[in-house]
Amino acid sequence: MNKTLSLFIWGAIAVLGSAAVGVVALHRGEPINALWLVVAATCCYVLGYRFYSTFIAARILALDALRATPAERLENGRDFLVTNKWVVFGHHFAAIAGPGPLVGPVLAAQFGYLPGTLWVLAGAVFAGCVQDFVILLFSVRRDGKSLTEMAKEETGRVGGLVAYAAVIAILIILLAVVALVVVNALKGSPWGTFTIASTIPIALLMGLYLRRIRPGKVLEVSVLGFILVLLAIWGGQWASQNPEMASVFTLRAPSLAILIIVYAFAASAMPVWLLLAPRDYLSTFVKLGTIGLLGIGIVVMHPTLHMPALTRFVDGTGPVFGGKVFPFAFITIACGAISGFHALISSGTTPKLIARETETRIVGYGAMMCESAVAVMAIIAACVLQPGVYFAINSPAGVVGQTAAAAAATISGWGFPVTAADMQALAHAVGEQTLFNRTGGAPAFAVGMAHIFSQSLGGEKVMALWYHFAVMFEALFILTILDAGTRVARFMIQDALGHIYKPLGRTSWYPSILATSALIVAAWGYFLWQGVKDPLGGINSLWPLFGIANQLLATVALCVATTIIIKLHRARYAAVTLVPLMWLVAVTFTASWHKVFDPNPSIGFLAQARVLASGPATAATARLIFNNRLDAAVTAVLVGMVAMVLIESARKWIGVLSGREEARVKESPFVMTRLAEEQA
Amino acid sequence: MKAVITAARIFLATLREIFDEAAYARFLSRTQMASSPTAYAAFWRERESSQKPRPRCC
Repeated sequence: MNKTLSLFIWGAIAVLGSAAVGVVALHRGEPINALWLVVAATCCYVLGYRFYSTFIAARILALDALRATPAERLENGRDFLVTNKWVVFGHHFAAIAGPGPLVGPVLAAQFGYLPGTLWVLAGAVFAGCVQDFVILLFSVRRDGKSLTEMAKEETGRVGGLVAYAAVIAILIILLAVVALVVVNALKGSPWGTFTIASTIPIALLMGLYLRRIRPGKVLEVSVLGFILVLLAIWGGQWASQNPEMASVFTLRAPSLAILIIVYAFAASAMPVWLLLAPRDYLSTFVKLGTIGLLGIGIVVMHPTLHMPALTRFVDGTGPVFGGKVFPFAFITIACGAISGFHALISSGTTPKLIARETETRIVGYGAMMCESAVAVMAIIAACVLQPGVYFAINSPAGVVGQTAAAAAATISGWGFPVTAADMQALAHAVGEQTLFNRTGGAPAFAVGMAHIFSQSLGGEKVMALWYHFAVMFEALFILTILDAGTRVARFMIQDALGHIYKPLGRTSWYPSILATSALIVAAWGYFLWQGVKDPLGGINSLWPLFGIANQLLATVALCVATTIIIKLHRARYAAVTLVPLMWLVAVTFTASWHKVFDPNPSIGFLAQARVLASGPATAATARLIFNNRLDAAVTAVLVGMVAMVLIESARKWIGVLSGREEARVKESPFVMTRLAEEQA
Repeated sequence: MKAVITAARIFLATLREIFDEAAYARFLSRTQMASSPTAYAAFWRERESSQKPRPRCC
């Protein structure tokens, strides 16, 4: 392209992006249109990809299209396989996109749309995309090794051990927190519970169809499963209107928690083809379709954002979760900005499929940009709601009051008018008995999504269907994570126990399967139960724990990346990973300090334990006090692990930079690609 | 038109890869088996023994 024309086009994108970010950041008073967020995000991503990722690729990583990748060198037709870059891109995106970028931004919207939007854009372009990109490339250069293996080789044994412990800790807290989101979305909702319960026989049917009737025809059976799920949504309406069925499917939070725990145990112990795989296919099918549909819906309908740019709750007095905008907005939104979990996928299946090193840029950096775009959609879905409605849905009864009238009065008193009658009408429109105190983020996202869709497709009359479609979509995501996450954690525990007693390491030995499944389910089930019984709604304490654990893993990933960059004699560019690392350390340490020691009982675990201890002693008090102290201990252990990895890495950096230690990276030797020769 | 067909082919290939249809096809070609309930069971046995479950992010 002509250089002048190119300069003009990129200059225009930069000006447009700056103007959109300026409007998003500086506009006050009047509501703004969601398109400003869409334009700001698109321009940031395009500029970040075109310039920042190119800079990283050329100056730091020196991507080499002539170097054979493990997919080529170790091709076995199974896990190592040369694959088209767009196919790998889709595969990678399907693995990294979960409910996190939907739920986190919805919760963080209590600060207004601005903090979340700025963090999602800047966090993705300068931190999340960079982490995914560099870890993917470093794994490709090490035969597709995992993050824990790379951490052990490059930063030392401590790094490897901490990475392993962090993965287990994250999985346990993640599974508890996402299960709590489902419980909060389904409690007292016969329609939602019926629909989600129906997905279990649907998945079993799909498994049997795939195994016995049409082996391997997954796309075909996924379409069939999707149709059955739509019928289940319609059936849910019937169930909610039939008094007998409604009473069966109207469940309280503790009952739902027990059912989910039993379900996850069964799913972990059952053959993978029967339940886990078909549900994974079904949820992926629904996920990709719904994300695409939501994106189109937002652009076509370009709704107005009713939430202000900043709310009064930036001071830390928010009802959704306690704590100031710094550091809690950056802990609450992980997956849309930076997620340590992505480093596991970037060093898992994906590096074994990459055909050329140069393709790691579009797959690693590009797929994370798409994930970030999903988070922007979630911010829009939450912020199109009237703020009073948003806070009525997301605030726990322990904060706003037990009755609808009390909650409406409290929320209106904050300056966000809402009435009990408004909420009743909205609940009726979406087919629920009430929308008060539906904490967890999923119901608010579902109401926002239903609001956007109902403006175009079918109007108010079908709002209830859209709402339950959105709930089903999120719950399906989450149940897939519960199945797969419990199984992944089970394999990891079996791996470790196999060193003590060999049969325990055999993944096909049923006593070991049952024991390790029970162990993992009990671990996350304990935190889930704690969340269900928490008078502040559970999300208040569990989501920050999850955020801290996830950012800890990102810290490990960025420590590994910085160590390798320094060993590659690119120390002058180390800021590319070092600055996000320092930011994450600041955020994680500050948030952890507040969660443990803050004197405000709505923030600090120990303060809440003290308040409970000084209050009237009930049967539940002792347990609540213990839970708060346990959460404080878990947070302290996580921070201790961050500190250990940091110290170990810093020692390595100083050793290499001072010349005391040899700068030796553990890359696989260079082999010329055959693909280039074939093309020549 | 050619570009549209190429894009559609890549899209379908992506879906087949995400949904493991391509992996099953490779298994059949590698083991010289015809698609059947037995072959599909063998495919899953191999996947379970050779791979840990693919992680799914939050």
